[in-house]
Amino acid sequence: MKACGKVFKYGDNVDTDVIIPARYLNSSDPAELATHCMEDIDKDFVKNVKKGDIIVATKNFGCGSSREHAPISIKASGVSCVIAETFARIFYRNSINIGLPIMECKEASIAINNGDEVEVDFDNGIIYDKTTGESFKGQPFPEFMQKIINAEGLLNKIKNS
Amino acid sequence: MAMTMTQKILAAHAGLDSVVAGQLIEADLDLVLGNDITSPVAIKEMEKMNLTEIFDKDKIALVPDHFVPNKDIKSAEHCKCVREFALKNKITNYFEVGRMGIEHALLPEKGLTVAGDVIIGADSHTCTYGALGAFSTGVGSTDMAAGMATGKAWFKVPSAIKFNIVGKPSKYISGKDLILHIIGMIGVDGALYKSMEFVGEGIKNLTMDDRFTVANMAIEAGAKNGIFPVDDLAIAYMKEHSKRDFKIYEADEDAEYDEEYTIDLSTIRPTIAFPHLPENTKTIDEIDEKIKIDQVVIGSCTNGRIEDLRTAAEILKGRTVADNLRLIVIPATQSIYLQAIAEGLVNIFIEAGGVVSTPTCGPCLGGYMGVLAKGEKCVSTTNRNFVGRMGDVTSEIYLASPAVAAESAVKGYIASPV
Repeated sequence: MKACGKVFKYGDNVDTDVIIPARYLNSSDPAELATHCMEDIDKDFVKNVKKGDIIVATKNFGCGSSREHAPISIKASGVSCVIAETFARIFYRNSINIGLPIMECKEASIAINNGDEVEVDFDNGIIYDKTTGESFKGQPFPEFMQKIINAEGLLNKIKNS
Repeated sequence: MAMTMTQKILAAHAGLDSVVAGQLIEADLDLVLGNDITSPVAIKEMEKMNLTEIFDKDKIALVPDHFVPNKDIKSAEHCKCVREFALKNKITNYFEVGRMGIEHALLPEKGLTVAGDVIIGADSHTCTYGALGAFSTGVGSTDMAAGMATGKAWFKVPSAIKFNIVGKPSKYISGKDLILHIIGMIGVDGALYKSMEFVGEGIKNLTMDDRFTVANMAIEAGAKNGIFPVDDLAIAYMKEHSKRDFKIYEADEDAEYDEEYTIDLSTIRPTIAFPHLPENTKTIDEIDEKIKIDQVVIGSCTNGRIEDLRTAAEILKGRTVADNLRLIVIPATQSIYLQAIAEGLVNIFIEAGGVVSTPTCGPCLGGYMGVLAKGEKCVSTTNRNFVGRMGDVTSEIYLASPAVAAESAVKGYIASPV
């Protein structure tokens, strides 16, 4: 499986309040949540994001509230992968559980620039920056988590087992 | 292999003699929690997957507390969804408006969380119950759904950071100052994926309400959980509030920790987290300007307990809040509210020029009951000061203790009684 798209780059500690502000949490509809994704950190994100695009951030992406609405809104806005140096642990779990591909890679999170065209190969964990020609090796998932991802989410895995 | 307190609880719930950091386990759950924002997503997912059975009607707690009493039609629909699910599945621990409270103050008060438990909650501040010696951690809605269906959750066993607490705090220094001091020291990702284990002779000088506040904000350092040893005070609290058996786990003496810190409570000063991260802390002595504020909030799962209200009332008694400043006080549960009325605290707040609200998370997450306009500044006893958390993206939140919040409300700028 591969992801390929243009990069939206952010810094440290992107919290779930800026990914999807609480004023929109009276909805749980993915499509509606997507219309406000990243609104409080990047007003133009919703306008500019295209299917397949990639979010790259540095440390502690998704910190704060446990709202699953955050990875749901990112996934529903068409983002194919989030790359970060580290993820906050609840966001990490939630992403795996709902089938939003994420990858930890410090080098890529620092080197990749806003607007670069990037390709991610999930099978071997290779992140390739087409714009600069650089490539990076991301952290592969442990087998247990890969099984959840392969089943397209935790509840599917439970249902099938 | 020696284990930390958290590792021992997890091993016991996974049916294993021992576990090591990094190991993936599946653990039995003693309680699964959700609120009016996270539960509807979990309930819809269960329905979509045709998972119709719940694992145990007595081990699920549903607490509408974020946007209740319903703030708008969409919120009302969410609450209705939770209520109908609770009724259909005969869930024992569903708490309706009028009997509810802010979940992390309510559940220990109702005796639903005790030492030795493994608890997951679809709310990040579920880590609060570590104050009683339970392993409890925040998860998302899908984990909540899986927990409700199976009674189990998967965990990666965490390593730990040890905080050796010594000394005695001076007057008006609370658990909030301690945890803000710690977050300022290690950062908002300082304990990422890890346990924060609090030990030491100084713990006896922390009240239960202090410990709830400290464990509550472990997530603000990125931690998986925060946990306290179970001493006489914790046992007395559980005996007063719960009929459930509890089990005391202690860390092995030779357990390994990634890092160890010693903190002397007598050196802690009133500590304030500046915008826009809980790690941006300054002591009151380091603030050399008058930071004028528009609003003060005293409440939340972090600081809406009776001692918090008593402290605030002691400072506000016979005084009035500054001109054009809004003081909003929110007792965290109905029982705390009644206690505050009985002790005359509510009179003090209202006579000082404040408002007192029914229990709700409302303003903490910018939901309602105290949303901030452009550029407004708020001193709040809540737990997060992220961009836009309480309202407009240009508004500012300063996190502080109830004592600092109350004194600031009177002065109109950030101030401390000590």
